[in-house]
Amino acid sequence: MLHSILVTGLVNGAIYALLALGFSLVFGVARIVNIAYAGLYMLASYAVYLLLQVVGLPAPLAVALAVAAVVVLGLAVYRVVIEPVREHESAVLISTIALTLVFQELVLAAFGGHFLGNPVWVDGITSVLGVTVTHQQVLSLLVSAAALGLLWLLLTRTRLGVAIRATANDREVANLMGMNVRRVEMWSAALSAALAGLAGAVVAPLTVIDPLMWQGPLVNILAIVVVGGLGSLRGSLLAAFLIGYVEAATVFLLPGGSYLKGAVALTIMVAVLLLRPEGLFGVAFEEER
Amino acid sequence: MPSRHTAASALALAAALLFTPAVPLAQAKAEPVKIGIVGPMAFIQGEDAWNGASLAADELNAAGGIQVGAAKRPIQLVKVDTNEIMNIADAANALERAITRDKIDFAVGGFRSEAALAMQEVAVDNKKIFVVTGASLDKMSDNVVKDYERYKYWFRILPPRSSDLVKASYAMLGAITAQVKAELGVPVVKVAVLAEKAAWTEGFVKAAQANIPKMGMELVGVFQPSATATDVGPDLTAIQATGAHLVFTAVSGPMGVALGRQAGEMRLPAIVFGINVEAQKEGFWKATGGKANHVSTLNFYADVESTPKTMPFVEAFRKKFGRLPTYTAASYDAVKILATAATAAGSLDGDKVVPFLEKTDTVGTSSRITFDKGHDVTFGPGNTVPLGVQWQDGALVAFFPNGWQGITFKGVKPFVVPPQMKKK
Repeated sequence: MLHSILVTGLVNGAIYALLALGFSLVFGVARIVNIAYAGLYMLASYAVYLLLQVVGLPAPLAVALAVAAVVVLGLAVYRVVIEPVREHESAVLISTIALTLVFQELVLAAFGGHFLGNPVWVDGITSVLGVTVTHQQVLSLLVSAAALGLLWLLLTRTRLGVAIRATANDREVANLMGMNVRRVEMWSAALSAALAGLAGAVVAPLTVIDPLMWQGPLVNILAIVVVGGLGSLRGSLLAAFLIGYVEAATVFLLPGGSYLKGAVALTIMVAVLLLRPEGLFGVAFEEER
Repeated sequence: MPSRHTAASALALAAALLFTPAVPLAQAKAEPVKIGIVGPMAFIQGEDAWNGASLAADELNAAGGIQVGAAKRPIQLVKVDTNEIMNIADAANALERAITRDKIDFAVGGFRSEAALAMQEVAVDNKKIFVVTGASLDKMSDNVVKDYERYKYWFRILPPRSSDLVKASYAMLGAITAQVKAELGVPVVKVAVLAEKAAWTEGFVKAAQANIPKMGMELVGVFQPSATATDVGPDLTAIQATGAHLVFTAVSGPMGVALGRQAGEMRLPAIVFGINVEAQKEGFWKATGGKANHVSTLNFYADVESTPKTMPFVEAFRKKFGRLPTYTAASYDAVKILATAATAAGSLDGDKVVPFLEKTDTVGTSSRITFDKGHDVTFGPGNTVPLGVQWQDGALVAFFPNGWQGITFKGVKPFVVPPQMKKK
């Protein structure tokens, strides 16, 4: 059973990390809780479905186009919906929730409520520590690892990355130091949307595509970024694996209660908020500001 | 000047001209019988409730409509989108609006048990007959038994109540396990239960815990993911670790697609059988990326002759809508029996129609339709017998009943044990 939990938790955690990092990135840089991020994840899954199964494009091209479309939409959302109200946190929260519901209803109108699925990109299974893992899961894990690696390189080895981190650290000082904070935030929004799109594209063959598919991941994302520390990419990464393992352990140790795995993740979030409000790796924002 | 005779002739002609179209005009002005088709219209369950009813309405209207008293009245279907899959609370409001604003005479449909239960209250509050064609919760028919005067307006023709579905599942389970024992030489079949956490599966899980050991099988675990789960990979990995030969399912939501896909992808060495609403649809194969080979489920429509009316209905449905009907298309039968009962009662008044509806004894598209004291379709041999169907290389093939209690439907084929089990 331990092997099963280790392997399943690893697969879950990698996908959750891909999902959560984009959300955490935009929060870290711009202090924006962008719920529409989950909507972009859903739209990317539908875009891949449309391009792959209706238009008939090859999978890599379908994924590239879907991610590009989501990036453009993510930037538009940032400019049109978020930026005008960005100084009012509750307004950002409410408007992005509303926008996600609009996305949901548009998808419902366009595709109906049918549960759809994308074919796997790579077929087959392999055994890891005696646990069956599909090649699609391995591919998803590798894509997640590659995306996270590239993100890390970008943040640590490029001028843009330095600017993003500086802005995340202290927006006002970064501005005073001559950085174009607004442009940095736009880049962060684009990167965030790209990660949401990539997550949607990669996860699509592993899950069911339907207009409500954004809700479950959103709960996990919120739990992960709060546990990890809002805005802390390192914290989000570790929290993603923590939540992934906790969920796996819930299913294996409490099979009759596997429906509780989401609740367990939220309970951990509440416990962390009570014991360490800034999260495991976060900073106290008010003090920071 | 015209003569008096000529004037009289002209008047007679005018009267005749005025009188001649009087009958068609009267027919054209006949108040329609409004039947509200209630369901989640953005989803296939709602679509098929509408599609089935529209086929019935077209047939009845082509024959001149429903005879109610002295008048022959056309049927007008009213689409009532309950949105119950997205938001259960919307369902009761939608039905209330259809009754009070659209002035429907009858309601047909419903899918999610929780929503149908709420709509039952709205219907009986307004003394409107509500024929369910999609939800199985026992409590709805229990209400009729416990408080007949209040709940007598409620009927159900498909699916049978949950407890009857469980009985049917066990009949199929017995047939499948006998085949597993014979083909694989397994002395004791190990069964894992995978049931979504929902009101309608509570009885299923309790029955499984009580009955599976009594049937000489070993219950190796009960797994209950959320009803909205879209990933059952961890659950299936855990089930595989138990060495289960059979995964006994009760799922109605998106998990059904995830189950078919993930069980196929990981080549789960076990039979997946039970109730899987998504697997009843022709779109299931594509939704699972073609990975759901040998997944099986209880169902009500397939290319077999459950009754003499099944294949003509299935073919007409397929011709018009391009696919196999799902069970909510039993709205076809609901509209037909409502028409018969209204004609017999000579009224659309719920109190007057109920006694005639209770006396229904007709051959429907999936079974003979009679009602028990809870206004549920009567279950069992000679009445409603569900089908067992299995996905075999992209085709939905019926395998049950095949000799069960002496019943074999024309067109059933053998159940196939997944080949990966033989390498176990």
